[in-house]
Amino acid sequence: MTDYDVLLVGAGHNGMVCAHSLAKAGKKVLVLERMNHPGGCAHTREFAPGFSVSSCAQWLYQLSPSVMRDMQLEKHGLIFAARDLASVSLAEDGDHLVLKGTTLSGAGIGPEDQAAYIEFANKMQRFSKLMAKAFGVRAPKLVESNISDRMTLIKLGLGLKLLGKDDMSDLMRIVLINMYDVMEENFEHPRLKALLSLDGMLGSHMGPRSPNTVFGYLYRRIGEVFGFNGVAQLKGGLGALGESMAASCRSAGVEFRYGVAVAGINTHAGRATGVTLEGGEQINAGLVVSNADPVTTFERLVGYRNLETGVVRKVSNIRNKSGVAKLHLALSALPEFNGLAKDLVGNRLVIAPDMNYAERAFNAVKYHEYSEAPVLDISIPTVNDPGLAAADGQHVLSAIVQFAPYEPAGGWGDHRERFLDIILSQLERYAPGIRQLVLASELLTPQDLESEFGMTGGHWHHGELSMDQVMMMRPFAGANQYATPVDGLYLCGAGVHPGGGLMGLAGGNAAREIIGRGESA
Amino acid sequence: MNEHSFENWTVGCQAWHSRSVIHSAERARKRVTEMNKYDAIVIGAGHNGLTNAAYLAKAGLKVAVLERNSYIGGATVSRELYEGWTYSNCSYVCSLLRPELVRDLELPRHGLQVVPYGGGVTYKRDGDHYGNFYDHERQYREMARHSPRDANAYERYTADVMKQTRLIRPFLLKRPPDPTSLKLRDLKDLAEYGKAFMGLGEEGLVEALKFWTKSVGDFLDEYFESDVIKAHMGGSGIIGTALGVYSPGTAYVLLHHYMGDVDGNVGAWGFARGGMGSVSAALAKSLQAFGGDIICDADVDQIIVRNGATKGVALKDGTEYHADVVVSNLDPKRTFLDVMDAGDLPADVVKKAQNFKIRGSSGKLNIALDGLPTFHGLDKRSPLMLGDMHFSDSLERIERAYDDWKDGTWSKDPYLDMLIPTQTDPTMAPPGKHMMTVFVQYCPPLVNGRDWTEEDKSGFQKSVIDQIAKHSPDFKDLILHCETRTPKEIEAEAGLTEGNIFQGELTFDQLLFNRPFPGYAQYRGPVKGMYMCGSGTHPGGGVMAAPGANAAREILEDLRKPNTVPEGYPDD
Repeated sequence: MTDYDVLLVGAGHNGMVCAHSLAKAGKKVLVLERMNHPGGCAHTREFAPGFSVSSCAQWLYQLSPSVMRDMQLEKHGLIFAARDLASVSLAEDGDHLVLKGTTLSGAGIGPEDQAAYIEFANKMQRFSKLMAKAFGVRAPKLVESNISDRMTLIKLGLGLKLLGKDDMSDLMRIVLINMYDVMEENFEHPRLKALLSLDGMLGSHMGPRSPNTVFGYLYRRIGEVFGFNGVAQLKGGLGALGESMAASCRSAGVEFRYGVAVAGINTHAGRATGVTLEGGEQINAGLVVSNADPVTTFERLVGYRNLETGVVRKVSNIRNKSGVAKLHLALSALPEFNGLAKDLVGNRLVIAPDMNYAERAFNAVKYHEYSEAPVLDISIPTVNDPGLAAADGQHVLSAIVQFAPYEPAGGWGDHRERFLDIILSQLERYAPGIRQLVLASELLTPQDLESEFGMTGGHWHHGELSMDQVMMMRPFAGANQYATPVDGLYLCGAGVHPGGGLMGLAGGNAAREIIGRGESA
Repeated sequence: MNEHSFENWTVGCQAWHSRSVIHSAERARKRVTEMNKYDAIVIGAGHNGLTNAAYLAKAGLKVAVLERNSYIGGATVSRELYEGWTYSNCSYVCSLLRPELVRDLELPRHGLQVVPYGGGVTYKRDGDHYGNFYDHERQYREMARHSPRDANAYERYTADVMKQTRLIRPFLLKRPPDPTSLKLRDLKDLAEYGKAFMGLGEEGLVEALKFWTKSVGDFLDEYFESDVIKAHMGGSGIIGTALGVYSPGTAYVLLHHYMGDVDGNVGAWGFARGGMGSVSAALAKSLQAFGGDIICDADVDQIIVRNGATKGVALKDGTEYHADVVVSNLDPKRTFLDVMDAGDLPADVVKKAQNFKIRGSSGKLNIALDGLPTFHGLDKRSPLMLGDMHFSDSLERIERAYDDWKDGTWSKDPYLDMLIPTQTDPTMAPPGKHMMTVFVQYCPPLVNGRDWTEEDKSGFQKSVIDQIAKHSPDFKDLILHCETRTPKEIEAEAGLTEGNIFQGELTFDQLLFNRPFPGYAQYRGPVKGMYMCGSGTHPGGGVMAAPGANAAREILEDLRKPNTVPEGYPDD
C-alpha cells in the first residue's frame, strides 16, 4: 500500500523541478524538506536583525530557460532585480578592470586583449553551446547504450564535427587542461587572466593551475547559452527562486511537508518502498527520488549495510572536498571602494589581482589551511534590491571566499575569527573604512554550509565538477542515469549529470527518465 | 675497469671512427668532393632518431643521422664526468623501451643488456621506512606493518592499474588516429580504440575514463590510507612533470611509468649494463648494420625548404646535406622555432609551437661515492637499496615541493628518485666505489624568472644533499664528486628545451592526437618531406623508442616502401 506515487527527499531547486514535471505527468508527489522553507541553496535568510541575504548561492547566472518557462516562474513571483551585471576586477589603486558583456574597460587594458577576448569568448560560446546539448539530456551510456543514448552520442559527435576541424581539435586540447595555461596563451593583462580563471575555479577545490578548470569555465559559460549575459540578482534574493518554484509546484498539485527530516530510505528486497522520518513516521511510495547529494543518499539514507561493496566503494570515492566559505556583512552604509564609480558598485566585484595570487590562495586549502590572502567574489545586493536591508541607507555585503578548508587542523574554533579578520583586512585595502561600517557579520565555513544545507563536504555541486566526475562518470557507473543500484530510488540533485549551479537541468532530466521508464521505473 | 667503462660510452662515436661515423674535419674535405646526398636525414642522434634511422635504413634508404654533440645518444647517454666513473647522466633507468623494437633491431646482439633491479624504499622522518620487495608475501607483510587495510587493497590496486596498462600498451606502437579526419585509415584506427574501450564493459569504461582524468593523489587515496605507502607509489605520477600529485591527469603519468617491462615483466625497471648509453650504442650499431651513417659534430642550422618541400639541411659551418626526407628528433619548439624558418611554416604551426608546453621541472645530481653509504634503519646489504630510494614520506610533502616550483624556485624539500646502480652494475665505477644518480623533482628552468646563478645552483644542490644526509650519517663524507644539473644544464647538453625530459609535458592537451599539436600528430610536419620522430610525438617521452619507430612507418608509407616497423606485440 502506498501513500504517494513519488516521495521527493529535499526541496532544493532540482528537487522541485523534478517534482513539478512528475506532477504534471500525473504522479502524486510529496516533497519532504528538513528545513522550514523550500529552495535548498536558493534561499534568502535574515542573518542579522533587519538584514537578509542569499545565504548560499548569491548570483543567478545559468538557470535553464526551459525551467523558467515550464514552471512559469515569473508568474509565480520571480522578479529580476538586476540582470547582465558587469564583473569588476578591483584594484587597490582604484584603476579597476570592468568586463561588461564582452567589452573590457579600465586598468589600461590594451586593444590586443580586447580583440583576443572577443575571439576567445566567441569560441568558448561555441563550445558551451555544444555542452548545453549534452546537459539537457541524460548522460549516454557508452557500451550498454540504448537507442536514445546512441542518438545523444550521434548528436554530440555531429556537433563536435560541425565545430570544424580547428575548433574541434582546440576543444579536445583545452577541455582537460587548466585556465592558467589557456590564459597565458591568449591574454596579457594579469587581472583579466585572473578574473577569467576565477570562473573556472569558483565553488571548487581547484586553483588556476589545476587541470580541469577550463571545463569549469566552460560550464559557467553555459549561462550565456541560456541568455544570461553576466550574473543576475533576484528581487528578495535567491530565496525568490525557491519560493516561486514551490508555488509553481503547488499549483501543479505537488504536496510539501516542511520541517521533516528523512532519517532513512526504506528498502525491501532491494527495492525502495518509502522513507522513515526522524521521529519514526513511515511514508510509503512507489518511488523515492533523492535531491540529496549521492553520499548523503547512499551512506546516510539508504545505509551502506544495504548496498554492495562495489557501490559503497564508489560512493566513498566521490570527491566532494569544498574550498568555499561564504561571508555576510551587515553594513551601516554603502562602502566606498577606491576609485569605483557609484554606478558600478552594484555589479559583481572581484578581488583576484593575478593568477599566482589565486593559485597561492588555493595552495593553503590543499593542506587544510585557509588562504592568508583569499580570492573574493563580492555582491552588494542591496544596491539593486534595497529591500534586503530594513533601514534606508543600510547595506548587505555577501561574498564567496576562496579558499577555506572543510576544517582546519584542530577545528575552526578561534580560526573562524582569524579568517574573518583576514577577509576584512583584505576588503579594507580596497574599500578603506569598511570595517567601521560592519554592524554584524557571519562567516559560513564549508562545515557550516554542510550542516545548514545538507551538502556533504559543503560542496556546492554535490561533488567536484571535474572531468572524472561529469557525464556518465557522475556520480558513478550504475547511478549515472538517475536510477540507482536500489530499484525504485532515483537521484535528481546536483550530484548527478549535469551538476549544480542553479540550472535545474538535473531535476528535469531525472523526471524525464522516471516518466520515460513508465511502469518499470 | 676504467678503460672498460670508457669504451662503453665512447662506443657512441669513436668506436666507429674508422667506419661510418664522420667527423667535422673529414666533412670539410668531403664538402668539395661530394654532394652529401641522402634519401633521408635525421636531425639528432637521440634514441628516437637512431631508431627512426635504423628502420629507414632497414627499408633500403640511404640515411644519415646528424648529431650536434661529439657523441650520440641525446639524453640516453653514458658519460664519464669524473675520472673512473661512468654516469647515465640524463635518463638513468630502463623499462619503457619497446620489446618489439629490442627484438626486431636485435639490440641484445648489438650489446644491450638490461638487468632488472628489485627493491626500493622510502625513508620516513621517524627513522622507519617502507620497502618494496620482490616476494609477494614479504611485500604483503611490509605493507601490513604500515597498514593492514592497505596490504589488502594492494591486490585490487595492482589489478586495476594493470587493466589500464593493458589498455594502452597495444597503442604505443601505432600512430594516433586523427579524430577530425574522415579518412578511412583514421576511422579504422578510431574504431580500434573504440573497440578496445568498449571491450571494458560499461562499468569498466567509466572506471577507465575516471582513471585517465584524475590525479594520482586522488587515485591512491581510493585504495590506501598510509601516507608513506601513497608517497612511495605517487612519485611516479609526477616525475618529469610540471604538475603536483593532486593535479588531475597525473594518474596517467603514473601509468606512463608502469607500462614498460623488463623481460616481459610488466611494470619492472632495470639498468642498462654500462649505463643508458648502451641503449644508444646498440641502436647505433643496428643502424650501422643496415648501412646508415652517423655524423657527429654536425650542428644543424636550418632545414632547407624549397617550393614547399624539404630539400635537406644546412649546418652552422655551412655544410649542406641534401635529402627529400628530413626527420627531426628535436623537440617541437626547437624543430619549428629554431631549425625551421617561420616563413616556411603555416602561421598556426608557429603559434602552436610557441604555446607548446615544455616546462622544465626536474634536476639531477650525479654523485661519485667513495663507498656504499649506510641508511638509518637498513642493513648495509639490504636488498631494498638496490632499487629506487625516496625520502618524501607523504603526498603532502610532494605537493608542497610542487608549490615551490609554481612559485618560481626549486623545492626546498624536494622529491628524490635516488639509485645506486653500481650495486647491480659494478662496471660503472672503480672497484669498491659507487655511483649515485639522484633525480630531483622539482627544479625550475628559471629562478624567479631570471637565470640560475652559481649561488642558486649550490642552494639547490644543498637542499638535495641535506635531505639525503638526514637519513644517511656517512653520506656527506663519501662524496668524491658531485655534478649538479638544473634544467639549464640539461637543455644545454641534451638540447631539450627548458630541460623537459619528456620533450613536452604529458598532459592531455599534449597526448595522443594532440601530441605535439592537433593536426600534426601523425609524425608528418607541415612541409612536404618533413617529419618529427622525437618524444614530442606520440606516445611521448621516456626511453621508449616508439615515436622513432612510428615515424619511420609513416615515412615509409609516404615513400611507398614496404613497412619494416613492427606494430603489435601479439603476446601482450
